[in-house]
Amino acid sequence: MVAEQGTRRRLHFDFVGAVLWLVRILAILAVVVGAFVSLSSGRLSAAAWLNFVVIGIGQGAIYALIALGYTMVYGVLGFINFAHGEVFMSGAMVGAFAANSLAQAGMWNSNPVLSILIVLLIAMATSTLVALLLERVAYRRLRNAPRLIPLITSIGASFFIQYAFLGLFGSQTRTYPALSILDGFIRVAGINIRYADIMVIGSALVMMVGLYTFVERTKAGRALRAVAEDKEMAALMGVNVNRTIVLTFAVGGAMAGAAALLFGVVFRTVFFFSGFLFGIKAFTAAVLGGIGNIVGAMLGGLTLGIFESVGPSLVLTGLGIPSAHQLKDVVAFLALVLVLIFKPTGLLGERLSEERA
Amino acid sequence: MAQTTKTPTAARPADPAPMRRNFFDLVKAARWGLVGGATATFVSVIGMVSDFDGRTLIDPFLTLGYLVLFLVPFAFGYMAARPPLTLEGQDPARVGPRDVLAGAIAGLVTGLVLIVPTLLAVNFNLRSVFVNLSPAMADTLTLGQSLGAGLLLLAVVCLVAGAMGAGVNVVPARWRGPVMTGLLWVLTVGLLEDLATQLLRGLNLDALIGVFFAPGGGLKPLGAIIVFVLVFSLQLAFQRRPPRLKARYQALDQSERRRWTIILIAAAAVIVYLIPIVLGGFMSEILDLVGIYLLMALGLNIVIGFAGLLDLGYVAFFAVGAYMTAVLTSSGSPALSPELTFWAALPFVVLAAALSGVLVGTPVLRMRGDYLAIVTLGFGEIARILFLSDWFEPVFGGAQGITQIPSPSIGPIVINTPPQFFYPIIALVFIAAYISWALANSRIGRAWNAIREDEPIAEALGVNIVTAKLSAFVVGAALASFAGALFASKIGAVFPNSFSIVVSIIVLVIIIVGGMGNLAGVAVGALVIVGLPQLLREFDEYRFLLYGGLLIFMMLAKPEGIIPSRRRVAELHQEEMGQDAWLTAEPEPELDEARTTPATAKD
Repeated sequence: MVAEQGTRRRLHFDFVGAVLWLVRILAILAVVVGAFVSLSSGRLSAAAWLNFVVIGIGQGAIYALIALGYTMVYGVLGFINFAHGEVFMSGAMVGAFAANSLAQAGMWNSNPVLSILIVLLIAMATSTLVALLLERVAYRRLRNAPRLIPLITSIGASFFIQYAFLGLFGSQTRTYPALSILDGFIRVAGINIRYADIMVIGSALVMMVGLYTFVERTKAGRALRAVAEDKEMAALMGVNVNRTIVLTFAVGGAMAGAAALLFGVVFRTVFFFSGFLFGIKAFTAAVLGGIGNIVGAMLGGLTLGIFESVGPSLVLTGLGIPSAHQLKDVVAFLALVLVLIFKPTGLLGERLSEERA
Repeated sequence: MAQTTKTPTAARPADPAPMRRNFFDLVKAARWGLVGGATATFVSVIGMVSDFDGRTLIDPFLTLGYLVLFLVPFAFGYMAARPPLTLEGQDPARVGPRDVLAGAIAGLVTGLVLIVPTLLAVNFNLRSVFVNLSPAMADTLTLGQSLGAGLLLLAVVCLVAGAMGAGVNVVPARWRGPVMTGLLWVLTVGLLEDLATQLLRGLNLDALIGVFFAPGGGLKPLGAIIVFVLVFSLQLAFQRRPPRLKARYQALDQSERRRWTIILIAAAAVIVYLIPIVLGGFMSEILDLVGIYLLMALGLNIVIGFAGLLDLGYVAFFAVGAYMTAVLTSSGSPALSPELTFWAALPFVVLAAALSGVLVGTPVLRMRGDYLAIVTLGFGEIARILFLSDWFEPVFGGAQGITQIPSPSIGPIVINTPPQFFYPIIALVFIAAYISWALANSRIGRAWNAIREDEPIAEALGVNIVTAKLSAFVVGAALASFAGALFASKIGAVFPNSFSIVVSIIVLVIIIVGGMGNLAGVAVGALVIVGLPQLLREFDEYRFLLYGGLLIFMMLAKPEGIIPSRRRVAELHQEEMGQDAWLTAEPEPELDEARTTPATAKD
């Protein structure tokens, strides 16, 4: 994007460019100094740092699953579905009710695998339903509107869903019952890895491989890629564009539902506002990996998870900032800003049809 | 909804026969009814109907709860009977009794669907999941009757509401306007009873209150009829012979016109002076809040409406204004407390906000419009978290915030009551409005327009993008900091949680509902969006739900807002035409407002 600034500007002092360079240098300096001070102080052992990384990967896997929804919609329709965090939240919320009723029936701990599968299905179905409703009610008419209009719509939708859930289910936090088989950890090379993290990373991996195969190997996936590339041309080639767009939302919703269950099992509490921050962070992950790029979303999610879990402790504490854990969300937002300043196309590059990039 | 009014530019292969309404339309009506039923169920289960039941609009029969409930079959009856889109080369579809039947069917289906939640609420206790699915809701839905009779009555009323909604399509256009306006005014007066009685009391017309309003709240039927007839006949008269005040004013010669301008300004000044006196403390409090939001909305209007930069972190500047005021004036400020007076602090506050505008604006300058939105949202959250954090606690007080902010004073008069605060707020609003108006018609205003409409072309034509965008951010930030300063000194304290993301969203809703780029629209938007929920306390719980719904609705139906700016309509209209791109051979020129790269040619 910077390339087209033209030669006229070159002759003058490039104020924006200078500021951006300053930001870049400062960011690198902050990270290097913070990390150096932290590591050399020996405050935490190497195993403790690795532990942070593992926790970060677990969290990042959830971000990655949500990020898939952002990235797929962006790839196909070219706008940010701001309400996708709420799609995730709806799955987590309804999943909590299902999990609790299973726990009441005594199935949750006596038959954990089956009950997790049941709740997974319910969460995925809920999220898919919400995503499809969103598409039908809010976005379908705006297919060819300028990009900011669906964005504003999706902000409205985000608030609408949040407060609809508040009104329907109340403001109290809903808790997932504890799953006893996930307590405990295994020790690998001196670091403790919780079973919960193993489950999250494992299942996220399965979902992503599944999605990747779906998009790259199946006919519907090929249609999806074709629509992302050029809607009109795809239509001329006999692809049902409408159905493909619906499919995009459905798949994105299903992934968010799966993320919702993992989130519920690991973090165990959910309320109507849970989707907001998670949504923004997942979006950050999508941008980080290169929006529109499915592999990028996975990579971006994991990277952001690690940033967020290691960053405050490594960089901020190293710089002498008190209570660095309070600034976890600041790190995530700053990561977004820095990614967009350093490499707006993300780690793996955007996959958009040329006219949109 | 947008499709009703527009005719596609390209002639479709036209169907020579006029569109016939047939049996299929009735099935379609039933489908609308199902959607209506889902909506009505949602509205009931979320608790709106029973919560709003406490406010009577027209004394014995209509409460706000029932209005909301029966508005659903009314609206879907209207949708079911809406004539199909008339394409070029076709005769418009005829409307008739069959449409009313369609509306009635839609209404009936809506009513029948509503039986489900009622029976659920009566027979099961689901309140651990659906907190509002209570017997109280069932009572409201059965209209206070026994279950069987109540459900029957509900279905019948829904049917009638649906038929009435459909009737709107059938009534000739000449009568439709006055009737709808009349009904709307009756409902508005009933809704704003507190305001109306306060107004009458303030004007020493207490006697009229008894004529219009029932003692238990709500309009008397007689009052409702008077309001309706009054509005109906006025509207009808103006429809026949519009007064064309503006044209007449412009036709006056120079000196006449100047005299009238002075008279109008003087009258406006007197009215503004009288407003807080007539309205009293409570209403002034609401107006103060509206004013503060209006100030912010005017600022955001420059950033979004003029320059087209979707800034979602606007609350950050508001927070900077409030916190700077607190630090500079409060005696309780933790780190440095120079204890300046409000007016002495104001220049520094504005300076700080302008600096933060540059700080936020520069890194996002080259970002695409949608990235800019999310990044600014991030900045807004960063600002709040930083004000809240332990890191800055020595300066900003962390979660405890800063208290003991003194009230401003003008000469010997200390401004500390809501009616007194109205004057500085309205003064700053007028200044902000003047600034907006002056900027809109200046060189920089035209530069903003150009950037919003097409950035690459604007740049190619020599508009300095950097200066233009940064100045939009700076002016917007300055206006928000005014609002922040007033907010801080009015409340007397600042806490980080007053500056959450929802403030940004409320301001966004104001300018989108009101009409982006239009000052009158923004003012109306602030009154409706901020003032109304304050006046109607029961709305409080649902306001963000309604804001969200409003954003979606406005974007789908009327993206230019209720009082649009003319330029904006032209832009959006052109964009809507682009929706028929499938039919046209040539791709429409895309008016992507915030793109930073030149469009690569499609062919």
